[in-house]
Amino acid sequence: MKYIEQDLVIQRMSGRKILNLIFKVLFLFATSLALLALAILLFRIVTQGAGHLSIDFIQNFASRFPEKAGIKAALVGSLWLMAVVAPTSIILGVGSAIYLEEYAKKNKVTTFIQVNISNLAGVPSVVFGLLGLTIFVRALALGNSILAAGFTMSLLILPVIIVASQEAIRSVPAELRDASYGMGATKWQTIVRIILPAAIPGILTGSILALSRAIGETAPLIVIGVPVIIQFLPSGVMDTFTALPMQIYDWSSRPQQEFQQVAAAGIIVLMAFLLFMNSIAVFIRNKFHKRY
Amino acid sequence: MMTTIVEKERTTESPVRVKEHAKSVYSTNQLNLWYGSNHALKNIDLDIKEHEVTAIIGPSGCGKSTYIKTLNRMVELVPSVKTSGEILYRDRNIFDSNYSVEELRTRVGMVFQKPNPFPKSIYDNVAYGPRIHGIRNKKILNEIVEKSLRGAAIWDEVKDRLHENAYGVSGGQQQRICIARALAIEPDVILMDEPTSALDPISTLKIEELVQELKKDYSIIIVTHNMQQAARISDKTAFFLNGEVVEFDHTDTIFSNPSDKRTEDYISGRFG
Repeated sequence: MKYIEQDLVIQRMSGRKILNLIFKVLFLFATSLALLALAILLFRIVTQGAGHLSIDFIQNFASRFPEKAGIKAALVGSLWLMAVVAPTSIILGVGSAIYLEEYAKKNKVTTFIQVNISNLAGVPSVVFGLLGLTIFVRALALGNSILAAGFTMSLLILPVIIVASQEAIRSVPAELRDASYGMGATKWQTIVRIILPAAIPGILTGSILALSRAIGETAPLIVIGVPVIIQFLPSGVMDTFTALPMQIYDWSSRPQQEFQQVAAAGIIVLMAFLLFMNSIAVFIRNKFHKRY
Repeated sequence: MMTTIVEKERTTESPVRVKEHAKSVYSTNQLNLWYGSNHALKNIDLDIKEHEVTAIIGPSGCGKSTYIKTLNRMVELVPSVKTSGEILYRDRNIFDSNYSVEELRTRVGMVFQKPNPFPKSIYDNVAYGPRIHGIRNKKILNEIVEKSLRGAAIWDEVKDRLHENAYGVSGGQQQRICIARALAIEPDVILMDEPTSALDPISTLKIEELVQELKKDYSIIIVTHNMQQAARISDKTAFFLNGEVVEFDHTDTIFSNPSDKRTEDYISGRFG
């Protein structure tokens, strides 16, 4: 006897097709909603801020008068911040990832560390700000300097970099390690010559995305006590500074209507900065595309 | 037990042959190996002679791959591996705490089941071994690369594309590049873990011919699930079953006149 009645199946086909269509529309709606929100945001910011955007805006320091207010100190401050955050977080993050993946024995202690690193990635940034205030600003007496803020931001994005690097290292095929060890290579030689070159696209992509997050973070800077009105450029990592999100936050909280437009112009600069960094990540990913 | 068979033969054979094959590269004595609580190798005794091709055959899961990976201690990359007994390589116990795995693997090259070239140029693949062992001189490296690729019978096919990525050639050619890469460290022994299982018949034939060439200069231990292959290319054959060596003898003897019923059943295709 036959278990499947073809005619009956075809008769009932329409119900399945309708269900299929419903879900398609539902998912399309979800995607559109997200895109719509993003479009409105962009539209509002560009219409508000584009008028204020000029060479002067980039070249001027902050000011009481909206028409004279510029973003120079914040832009340079953010660049300084990145100069501290990028090397600190990438060296520590990739180092930890290599240790955890290649050297550490898989036991309860490493599992515990692993779980905690993943959890740290979800801790609110304001908590990291308090940590930075306690350790770097007060205990190590770095004050509200670029170094203190940079270390705090590094801690904030470290878990993300570690997890991304671990994923990248883990995705290097075991056969490549076997081939290297099979020829008498030491662990270090295998890491430097085989594993890191193969893992570098993943590591750099993850790191740059994490750095993009650090650039937009405001809460830790507020907690550390980074000032807003600064009329000079920092000359070293021990100087105080201000950063793009701090400046935008300050402008948007001022009562004068004109400052809203200044804030929007600041956001455009910040987004251009982010877009630039993300395109570097895409470029690296494509350039070092894995070939196995 | 198995060693006694070989020893007995040694005394009965003509003196010339004894002299030719007298030297052992590997002597395994009462080797046991556990993956966690799984007893994978049981009381293995094997004596492997130099300039011979020793084939290891047996059904899946019989421990043949585990055994060959123990010979260069690659098996220890798996966590929770425990061993007892000894393996003497050139009269030195490879499990000695002062015998470093790097030193052992410099003398014992390995070719893996799946061709596994590095995502680098053909040249850099072959030069990898010499480079990690400290050879920087460009001229010497060039010579080693050419010699190794010739040794692996692939030079003529790749000499015009040495600086192209090794992934651009066929699977069979990749496997011969991997053999060249193993030759480049000028090893004493070459371990081959089912080197043709991922290859087409023509590439397989080329590798088999190559093994015949290589045994003039190297001692070769080859794991294979293909009994015809073992019969074609090896001098001695060891039959593994459930982690034990059932029989170890000259290949002709194993295939024409096995002394154990289980060996006979396996080679006649009754199981496995």
